Amino acid sequence: MLDKTGFPLEITGEDTPMVSFRKVNKSYGALTVLDDLDLDVAAGEMVSIIGPSGSGKTTVLRMLMTLERINGGVIYVDGKPLTHMPRGGQLVSANERHLRSRRADIGMCFQHFNLFPHMTALENCMEGPVQVLGLPKAEARDRSEELLELVGMIAKKDQHPSRLSGGQQQRVAIARALAMRPKVMLFDEVTSALDPEVIGEVTNVIRQLVSEHNLTMLMVTHQMGFARDISDRVCFFYGGRIEEQGPPTQLFGNPQRERTQQFLSAVREAV
Amino acid sequence: MFDWKWDFTWEILPRLISATGNTLIAAGAGYVIAVVLGLMLALAQRTPSRAVTFTVREFVEFIRSTPLILQIFFVFYVGPQFGIRLSPWMSGMIAIGLHYACYLSEVYRGGIESVPKGQWEAAIALNMTTVQKYRRVIIPQAIPPALAGMGNYLVGIFKDTPMLSVIGVAELIHTANAIGSENYRFLEPYTMVGIIFLAISLPAAGLIRLFEGYVRRKLGL
Amino acid sequence: MGFYDFLIQYWPRLLTGTGVTLAQFLLAAVIGIAISLCMGLMKLSQNALMRGAAVTYIEIFRGTSLVVQLYWIFFVLPLFGLTIEKFTAGYLAVGMNIGAYGAELVRGGILSVPKGQWEAALAINMSPAQRMRRIILPQALVSMLPPWGNLMIELLKGTALVSLISVADLMFEARQINASTFLSAQVFGAALVIYYVLARFLVTPFMRWLERHMARKLGRA
Repeated sequence: MLDKTGFPLEITGEDTPMVSFRKVNKSYGALTVLDDLDLDVAAGEMVSIIGPSGSGKTTVLRMLMTLERINGGVIYVDGKPLTHMPRGGQLVSANERHLRSRRADIGMCFQHFNLFPHMTALENCMEGPVQVLGLPKAEARDRSEELLELVGMIAKKDQHPSRLSGGQQQRVAIARALAMRPKVMLFDEVTSALDPEVIGEVTNVIRQLVSEHNLTMLMVTHQMGFARDISDRVCFFYGGRIEEQGPPTQLFGNPQRERTQQFLSAVREAV
Repeated sequence: MFDWKWDFTWEILPRLISATGNTLIAAGAGYVIAVVLGLMLALAQRTPSRAVTFTVREFVEFIRSTPLILQIFFVFYVGPQFGIRLSPWMSGMIAIGLHYACYLSEVYRGGIESVPKGQWEAAIALNMTTVQKYRRVIIPQAIPPALAGMGNYLVGIFKDTPMLSVIGVAELIHTANAIGSENYRFLEPYTMVGIIFLAISLPAAGLIRLFEGYVRRKLGL
Repeated sequence: MGFYDFLIQYWPRLLTGTGVTLAQFLLAAVIGIAISLCMGLMKLSQNALMRGAAVTYIEIFRGTSLVVQLYWIFFVLPLFGLTIEKFTAGYLAVGMNIGAYGAELVRGGILSVPKGQWEAALAINMSPAQRMRRIILPQALVSMLPPWGNLMIELLKGTALVSLISVADLMFEARQINASTFLSAQVFGAALVIYYVLARFLVTPFMRWLERHMARKLGRA
């Protein structure tokens, strides 16, 4: 069934994408950040987003996390509209209640970790499960400890973030996001604020997630090698649009568009 | 419900307005004392003598930690005990000026400390005397960052002038008290006093902000 | 009469006065903190009506004088059928006054929490109330505690004004003793020292302890 503006009230069927951007627009005043973006991400797919700064790549994640409102179009998660809700056969802007119910499917890790400084690593992980999901403390603790084990941070579980290195904080942040059992994980330049020698400990955790878990992931990154290694698909953003996308071997090995080629060679020179 | 009498309000208004004049004079005179004395207290804490610095610092702390109204009583009543008679106005100005001088000395201190070390070194390199250093280099740079605090305390001193009523300075509240007890009506005088305070302190705060911005622009900050 | 003899004779009255001052201080602090939180949050609200109410409250109480507010609450409110006993009127006025200043501290503290904290709290799907209570306020509290220390000293000093409506606090007892003995230097001197001791050795150390305690909870110690 379609809304009068032509957007489906719900996406159904066998290959319903886990995430679907339909004609999404975003602008700040006169500045257009995203221009009629269409992007589908299948369940279990790992999509990397690359591109020059200001190309709108971080905005994609922030809109999906509902940190930013969109100006046009609709975003669907797991077939159901995220930015809108159906009312009498029409899609209307989502209210806070709808956003809260749909946000449960999404988790996010930030460039600057954003751990809660007044809580230990374990308390950071337990905060969401206890306060938001209403889990009993013991259960939340078990789940959080399991995840801290997974990211290799169990030994530091009682430390406050100020006592942890950047790489350690980012690993805790990944555990905190996973503790909410999201269907979609968003990684926003999670290694950009890290010292070079600790980047590996974070990328290894993400590698492990890709190989062992069936999570849908979107990742904005400046690390081309890492994106090439673990992605199912790479999207090159330019000027608020997807300039080119494809499997990593194709996009990195044989880019078709001139802008992609320029960007990739500029990045290679910098390294 | 409002037993407000407009004719009574109009009748008492001239008295309140002339009392407003007294309030403004008290605030102005007190502030002048505070601005000058405060600078002296701030500079006295920068002398090489540890004893002077310590004594002044403790004195400032003491004045800042104790109620102004008590200090007003102290100045007014203790003098006569030793044969010194001070008029209410005189004691009031001493007490309120001294009280705010201590606050302002902290504002100046912050301003002086915000002047970069390089400026002191440049002044030494030009072989300036201590007085020249402060007068030509340090104080001009210390004033702009201190302006916000200085402005706040100007409004602050204005709002504290009602305390002078306790020793008989005929400012606003003193006059309102007198009107109230003469007529057994307190609603209009106290409410009008509140309105007069708002009518002066709100625009004053706005003007001070504008002035601050103007000085900053003028100095290219 | 020497200072020592004076103390021997009058310490019980000074002591009960100090007790009343402390009671006024604590009660006014509770009211002041509650109002600060309310008004600080309201001033940050999306709702223009709430914001307007908070701004009006803050500007009225900061724009007029505590003495005026005290008189208004004690002498004028009864005319509207709302008679408040003097002890209650005292701490109510002081608390409401301090609340207006505290509201700005609360607002500033909340605004000082990095944007990333709001975003991270939203990313784990917390409700707006949970975000504020669990994530933002605890961090805001740490950054606003140092200025709250100063405000608490102002609050203590403010309680001296309740003597103006005959609440038998330390200031009031001092005035009474002065009126009957004319031992001004002794009695006002003793009162000054008591206020100083309360501020410097009770309120300030407690606030410092609270700062350190909260910093430790944040793992920043």
